[in-house]
Amino acid sequence: MAKYSLKINGKTQQVDVDPSTPILWVLRDHLNVPGTKFGCGMAMCGACTVHLDGNAVRSCSLPVSAIGKGAITTIEGISADASHPVQKAWLEHDVAQCGYCQGGQIMSAVALLKSNPKPTDEDIDNAMSGNICRCGTYLRIKEAIKTAAKTSNAK
Amino acid sequence: MKTQSRRSFLKASALSGGGFMLGISFLSNFKSFGSEPITNLPLNFNELNGFVKITADNIIKIMSPNPEGGQGVKTSMPMIVAEELDVDFSKIVIEQADLDTKHFTRQFIGGSQAIHQGWMPLRTAGATARQMLREAAAKTWNVPVEEITTELGVLHHKNSGKSAKYGEMATAAAQIPVPKDVKLKNVKDFKIIGKSKRNVDLEKIVSGKPLFGIDTKVDGMLTAMIVHPPAFGLKFKAIQNDVEIKKMKGIKDIFSIKIFNDDYEKTFFDTTTFNEVVTIVGNSTWEVMQAKKALKIDWQPIESYTQNRNMLGRKVVEKIPAGLEDSNEHKAKLAERMTQPATVRRKDGDVESAFKNAAKVIESTYNAPYLAHNCMEPMNFFANVTAEKAELSGPLQKPEFTEQALSARLGMPLEKIDIKMTRLGGGYGRRSYAHWLIEAALISQKVKAPVKLIYTREDDMTSGIYRSTYSAYFRAALDANNNLIAFHVKTGGTPESPLYPNRFPAGTVDNYLAEDFTIDSNITVGSYRAPRSNFMAAAEQSFIDEVAEAAGKDPIDFRLELLNRAKEKPVGKNNEYEPERFSKVLELVKEKSNWENLKKSKKLGFSAYFCHDSYAAHVLDLEMKDGSPVINKVWCAIDCGIVINPNAAKNMAEGGIVDAVGAAMYGKMSFTKGVPDANNFHNYRMIRHNEAPKQIEVHFVENEIKPTGMGEPAYPPVYAALANALYRAVGKRLYQQPFIENL
Repeated sequence: MAKYSLKINGKTQQVDVDPSTPILWVLRDHLNVPGTKFGCGMAMCGACTVHLDGNAVRSCSLPVSAIGKGAITTIEGISADASHPVQKAWLEHDVAQCGYCQGGQIMSAVALLKSNPKPTDEDIDNAMSGNICRCGTYLRIKEAIKTAAKTSNAK
Repeated sequence: MKTQSRRSFLKASALSGGGFMLGISFLSNFKSFGSEPITNLPLNFNELNGFVKITADNIIKIMSPNPEGGQGVKTSMPMIVAEELDVDFSKIVIEQADLDTKHFTRQFIGGSQAIHQGWMPLRTAGATARQMLREAAAKTWNVPVEEITTELGVLHHKNSGKSAKYGEMATAAAQIPVPKDVKLKNVKDFKIIGKSKRNVDLEKIVSGKPLFGIDTKVDGMLTAMIVHPPAFGLKFKAIQNDVEIKKMKGIKDIFSIKIFNDDYEKTFFDTTTFNEVVTIVGNSTWEVMQAKKALKIDWQPIESYTQNRNMLGRKVVEKIPAGLEDSNEHKAKLAERMTQPATVRRKDGDVESAFKNAAKVIESTYNAPYLAHNCMEPMNFFANVTAEKAELSGPLQKPEFTEQALSARLGMPLEKIDIKMTRLGGGYGRRSYAHWLIEAALISQKVKAPVKLIYTREDDMTSGIYRSTYSAYFRAALDANNNLIAFHVKTGGTPESPLYPNRFPAGTVDNYLAEDFTIDSNITVGSYRAPRSNFMAAAEQSFIDEVAEAAGKDPIDFRLELLNRAKEKPVGKNNEYEPERFSKVLELVKEKSNWENLKKSKKLGFSAYFCHDSYAAHVLDLEMKDGSPVINKVWCAIDCGIVINPNAAKNMAEGGIVDAVGAAMYGKMSFTKGVPDANNFHNYRMIRHNEAPKQIEVHFVENEIKPTGMGEPAYPPVYAALANALYRAVGKRLYQQPFIENL
């Protein structure tokens, strides 16, 4: 066990866990931030996507010992009231079906738009292909990302 | 709980803080309800029901009785109630009901039936509540009830100029006897139904709110995982190193549990692959995962056995063979049995003479592997079982049935069992078989603490309850004028047959034979999005394309020709589909896709299927790029009757198309010596963003027919639309799924 001081959604929090514990389980089991989902445990599905210093990472395969001073943002941290342009675009396009993967999809999309504010269809495919949706909402996700790109750029 | 045969009823009762509550339960005749004393409430029903609550301070709450797994019922079912109640949909509160067999029935996901079976009961619930409010207003204002109108939750009396919010009349309405007959709106007057409403949980979903079972957390809760045998055909023998494991950090206990007692008669949804599993219980998920990795267990081969099952009233004896099965062996056995006599399910005319006299005979065999459901939320459930009661919470599709199984296993009466339904992170049939609920309950009972059981992705993917592996042989006879004169279908599956003997093209051809067989296996199977239809549509609609080609006819025109025959002079009885409705979806997609023009230049595939009381037809346009298919566009036409929530229905069709392209192209579960060859998403290929169709256009047939569900119908015909387009693109018919292995 080891003590870690973690920056999560702008707040510093202490945990005492085994160094190998993936950040996913630190969030879900120890810090009560359950928006980040468990899907595969091997970085193959993207349900657990969070941001580490603004970059999309798969939290199920990222041990807490590797975080250091990095700032973590989860789906709960991108806005207080579903007002992030990407969340708003998701609402506008009524994207979700079961909804389980959507937090991870949104986190991948937010990271994409940050690094590439005007993505092409191909850019979207490339950036989002690590996020599986069994319900098959891929087309709506793509449209929502395009809408978010427009509204973000218009700001 | 015993089912009591009772007439339908509506029951109004005053809420403690004023206002009234209208609970409804329905049998087939919704006109026959009357008020009954609350002590005489039926304990169980056979049909669906709904729930309206209005408080004196005008909070209007509509309960959503059925579990929500992405099919949209938590939005669409309350829309139907709200329509007849005449309220502002954006201002009502919608709440997921718990499993409550006193007030609700048919609280399950399955067969795309929620909307179809809920249609009249839900409308009646809304209309009855509205009528009682009107009568309360008439009494209060001392005016005739006929003069009371409503608009968006407000009662009006034009002549006196009086008006009142529903809440103001709610307490008085609770005293009104429940009307025996209420007038429902004309379809033409609908204001909510047919207008798109956003998923009521969407804001919570995009904010990461804890909606799912896996998000459950209570004080003192422990985490549990299971370890099941690594291969089908093996069972638990002994734990080698439990003493060491118990010493690991955060680990509380390790033991084996038996899911069902040996003498228990399993029902339809009690399928479980491994009846005895090892469970590890600890403080946190990661600690339990580490212990799971370190665990050493001895397994042993199973003996062959039989089990008696009560399949929704039908008693069957299932034979479970011993042995470690291989996919190659499954395929060889299906091929061998295909040459042997099978059970005839339907026979019209004289099939053999017709084949003898045919000008042309076309024959083909289609095969498909097992499929894993792969819900994105792995199987999980919360349980807190004490001597007094069992509290459970989580995602499941058939809570009523699972509650009965748990009651039998715990020896605890149903009244002491409480099941809360969380949002499902996908279901697709897998969560109908909730053995993990029983596992969670047994673990909680043993460790005397609240427990959340979580399956790893590997546990989820390798624990059985797959889509069966199937084979279908077809033979068609054409006369000298290229008319279809005989059709023969013979199917088999391990362990389930996919055959629907009374569907198209039955009814369109004089000489028709449908027969099937099954092969026993110890690999368990269960319902999978559009059960059996998902394979039959793929096989049959690929074959019809071959027959149309052999007849030198356009594939859509050829089917329309057959359907015309079924309209004018249907062959045989019991044909499941209505040829008029079926033809219309073909014509609609033909028109919308500009088929006649585009087919000259593009690689188009066509397919259509009837299932779950709905009709769907697809045109799929693809091209090959660097050896891989790129699907440019899919046009989809659907007749599901009245469309409740158009944008959500469109979403279901789009999702069904993407999901089916994925399963047809990549889906495969195979076995080597009983061990599943895939156990996570690195070796079970799921469709990804870049592989989805670039564009999907969905069109609904406009009519005023009682609505049917959208969870399944768009899915089955996709496989063959893809296969038929691939044939035009690569010149090769696809007889074996997944297509990626055979291009």
